[in-house]
Amino acid sequence: MLKTLQHLPMSQKVLLNATEMHIALHRLACQLIENHDTFSETVLIGIQPRGIYLAERLKKLLEEEYEIDNVQLGYLDITFYRDDFRRSVKPLEANKTNINFVVEDKKVVFIDDVLYTGRSIRSALTAIQSFGRPLEIELLTLIDRRFSRHLPIQPDYRGRQVDAIGEEKVKVCWKENDGEDAVYLVKK
Amino acid sequence: MELSVQHLLGIKYITEDDIQLIFETADHFKEVINRPIKKVPSLRDITIANLFFENSTRTRLSFELAEKRLSADVVNFSAASSSVKKGETLIDTVNNILSMKVDMVVMRHPNPGAGVFLSKHIDASIVNAGDGAHEHPTQALLDCYSIRERLGDVAGKKVVIVGDILHSRVALSNIFALQKLGAEVKVCGPKTLIPKHIDKIGVEVELDLKKALEWCDVANMLRVQNERMDSSYFPSTREYVQQYGVNKKLLDSLSKEITVMHPGPINRGVEITSDVADSKQAIILDQVQNGVAVRMAVLYLLASKIERNEN
Repeated sequence: MLKTLQHLPMSQKVLLNATEMHIALHRLACQLIENHDTFSETVLIGIQPRGIYLAERLKKLLEEEYEIDNVQLGYLDITFYRDDFRRSVKPLEANKTNINFVVEDKKVVFIDDVLYTGRSIRSALTAIQSFGRPLEIELLTLIDRRFSRHLPIQPDYRGRQVDAIGEEKVKVCWKENDGEDAVYLVKK
Repeated sequence: MELSVQHLLGIKYITEDDIQLIFETADHFKEVINRPIKKVPSLRDITIANLFFENSTRTRLSFELAEKRLSADVVNFSAASSSVKKGETLIDTVNNILSMKVDMVVMRHPNPGAGVFLSKHIDASIVNAGDGAHEHPTQALLDCYSIRERLGDVAGKKVVIVGDILHSRVALSNIFALQKLGAEVKVCGPKTLIPKHIDKIGVEVELDLKKALEWCDVANMLRVQNERMDSSYFPSTREYVQQYGVNKKLLDSLSKEITVMHPGPINRGVEITSDVADSKQAIILDQVQNGVAVRMAVLYLLASKIERNEN
């Protein structure tokens, strides 16, 4: 009996389909332009590992659809700054950090796919200090899982707000990595 | 991915996957130590004791920097100024230090097997920073890491280790590491300084330096360890230099450009001349820089396996 249950597919619900996702991305790009104009003093930082797809999409949109030249984009890995080192069962694996511009006195926009407990962003706030002192830091996230925050951290730009309970997982798929653009709510 | 071991006692005890994991982690730390602020908070709740029962400058500094860049608390100990001189045993010394809540031990000791012995008697993670003429695993890792960085890969490369193989822990660890990573290894030096049965571990001996250099992609030049020599192994330093010293003229006479390495400290004018040590072919200072990144990787990966004490 148990065995058959384990083989049942996990139920999942579509939160955003491809069209809705594209509309959200355009809106986020426009909101960024409202606040950052030509991006001359602004840099985008994709949070590894999953934030980089969203960051790359936004950079592409800003450059190709809204004709903003030279949007600076870097990747920040937060593994060595996490507060669950030696606490999680799974060993932490690092990803590449690549920030080949100065963040000192720049407006930094952190970009991540899902904002959940806020702990990754807490780590990212510490990590970015190693590269200089930004003028200000904003947070952009495609999915904001409200009511599940462990820390007083809120996004400045959000694609969609989601009420999900603890056991549920939000899965963001990107065409370039997962074969489709979609966001799912997965129930275990 | 995680390491298959709790301690780094020697290259002999780890797998190729372990080495690759250390290298991948070291790549990340290499990026970290080139940032304006070269420090990450990963090991802030870890205390590491550096126990040096034998002199060292480079290894000790390199370990200490690696520990500090990971935000670990560090205590240093050197045998010369300690109770070891009063006759305390190794286990007593270490247990006394551990009772002060130390999580990891980095140890250099003149006796081969000191690390293995200690690992059977204490709970802390142990990193061997050289035990007699046995192993010096982090040196071998940073040497292979430097070869990988310069030549793209270690697999398939030909490496000759030149000089005092008999007294060298660097040679043994390097042979194990290079073989695990798929490189071919030869040793070259005066017959008196080559261990008798070295062919048993799959290493060829070449007595002619020119032939050895002509064969290899990388030459790792070892220091003549005068302090470990209890009798004369070669007639004179002058004769050693003539037969086994590498100079610019010799390198230029080869049909290809080889990479020259040296674990330090260099006896300039003995195993290599100054113009070689300071040339572009030599990656001696890269080795030193990579040493910090590789040691950070080793400490980080071992620390992640330490059980957390909730009290």
